Amino acid sequence: MAAISRDEVANLARLARISMSDAELDHLAGEMDVILGAVARVQEVAGADVPPTSHPLAVSNVTRDDVVTPSLTPEQALSGAPASSEQRFKVPKILGEE
Amino acid sequence: MSLNYDSALEIYEPTLGLEVHVELNTNSKMFCGCATEFGAQPNTQTCPVCLGLPGSLPVVNKRAIESTILIGLALNCSIAPFSRFARKNYFYPDMPKNFQTSQYDEPICVNGSLDVEIETDEGNKVFKVEIERVHMEEDTGKSLHVGGSTGRIHGADYSLLDYNRAGIPLVEIVTKIVPNTGKYAPLVARGYVAALRDILRSLKVSDVKMEQGSLRCDVNLSLSKRGSGVLGTRSETKNVNSLRSVERAVTGEIVRQANRLQSGEKVVQETRHFLEESGQTRPGRSKEQAEDYRYFPEPDLVPVAPDGKWIEELRKSLPEKPAERRKRLQQAWAVPDKEMRAMVNAELLDTVEQTVLLGADPTRARSWWLGEISRIANERSVLPTDLITVSDVAQIIELITKGELTDKLARQVVEGVIAKEGTPSQVIAKRSLKVVSDDSQLMKAIAEAIAAAPETAQKVRDGNIPAAGALIGAVMKLTGGQADAARVRQLLLKHLGQ
Repeated sequence: MAAISRDEVANLARLARISMSDAELDHLAGEMDVILGAVARVQEVAGADVPPTSHPLAVSNVTRDDVVTPSLTPEQALSGAPASSEQRFKVPKILGEE
Repeated sequence: MSLNYDSALEIYEPTLGLEVHVELNTNSKMFCGCATEFGAQPNTQTCPVCLGLPGSLPVVNKRAIESTILIGLALNCSIAPFSRFARKNYFYPDMPKNFQTSQYDEPICVNGSLDVEIETDEGNKVFKVEIERVHMEEDTGKSLHVGGSTGRIHGADYSLLDYNRAGIPLVEIVTKIVPNTGKYAPLVARGYVAALRDILRSLKVSDVKMEQGSLRCDVNLSLSKRGSGVLGTRSETKNVNSLRSVERAVTGEIVRQANRLQSGEKVVQETRHFLEESGQTRPGRSKEQAEDYRYFPEPDLVPVAPDGKWIEELRKSLPEKPAERRKRLQQAWAVPDKEMRAMVNAELLDTVEQTVLLGADPTRARSWWLGEISRIANERSVLPTDLITVSDVAQIIELITKGELTDKLARQVVEGVIAKEGTPSQVIAKRSLKVVSDDSQLMKAIAEAIAAAPETAQKVRDGNIPAAGALIGAVMKLTGGQADAARVRQLLLKHLGQ
């Protein structure tokens, strides 16, 4: 039984706004299944004494003081934007007509 | 037949849930050093981190963590020894990163409570509102929808984004469901937000300006048929931006849902928007098909694990609870309940306290701030403290107490200060507003008043003391209101053999 179905991969692609052909979906579903299988094997090895981890480094509380540092200029901030207007990022219509 | 509020509550019991978002008043953003100034020119407070540019790395603002822990402690929460940030993934241009960094399954504060006292016809009642969690996240950018007729997202041709606000530290405070509030549900909701706002203000962690959006409330509400014990489907009304609106939104949703249920329809689980003008709600934007944010631990941030020492240090710095402080001040100043409420509702308690701390008499401080100064402020739609400073008011009150100003003269001084004629002493000098304390000058005016109304004077001589009022009034007029009425009365009665 596969760890991830082709439908689930298609749904993830949709959520991530990645358009995929049928062939790509077939291919990726297989590859992701192999990856998930490998992770599942690691999970089997981890005993109750190994806490779940989200970060490879055993550090916590890395913080900065509440000090303002220089920002980009608006020109710099907008320089990579495909479109801008009134010193703002211009984005296409957000919602389709209902 | 449609149900009104009262008939709806005969059939249905409301259940509340409240989510409050608070923008912290840190100098810099949550994960980068960009400034957080309100009202700055668009996109002047952004950097690679808050714009989500590739390769940039976030670092948590220490003060934001401490502010959040303070909020948790003030709400009687447990502080988690270990908490993490997560990515909440969604595609919406208000977050340039395409995810919001938030806390998900491991929030920093859990399981608290807040006592909410409300005034009812049956006397004051206290409702304990339980807090589910307090967690850290970041605010989103501001969108401007262009085109269409309404400035709303529907029908817009395109949108313009300002990311100054993206990344400002935001704390979300979520209640558990609040059951059994019955007809008081709107008041409890309002009272909760008011009490929370007081606490946040006392902690000095946020500006808590609802009108500017630094405190925003989402109201969850469901109805269940009385006695059924089954919770109904809830609606979530977003961004309700004043205390009054919180109350109206709850009232409006109770009536709307009751009428739907009564006519056999279902309440849809949806996000609704509060309409300020009508007090109604309308359905909000349709969300992505079932919310699937694919939360996962933020790999670029390490966990926050506050140790006991850090938490205890913060606990020691907690200020007096607003409700306790109110009781203490009410006692110290000997203020009746009604006046105390007026002061709190007018949000002038801090101002009056500061005035008293500068040496002013509490009763006078209260009556000047709530009376004359509030009246002028209301006329001009500004805050009383925008008109005149606490120290000016304290100084004026001191002069009244010393007998150097009468109330009437003091009003003119206040007027002058508000008109930017200078400090109280400058206004007094410019307008020659000194109390006439020279008895011989007063006696001249008294003689003049008596000469003008000999019959009245005779009545007073004959023992009709109240008749003296008219003569005192005449003297005050003659001295342009610059005499001390009590001294005039004393001199006048003595002069007329009384």
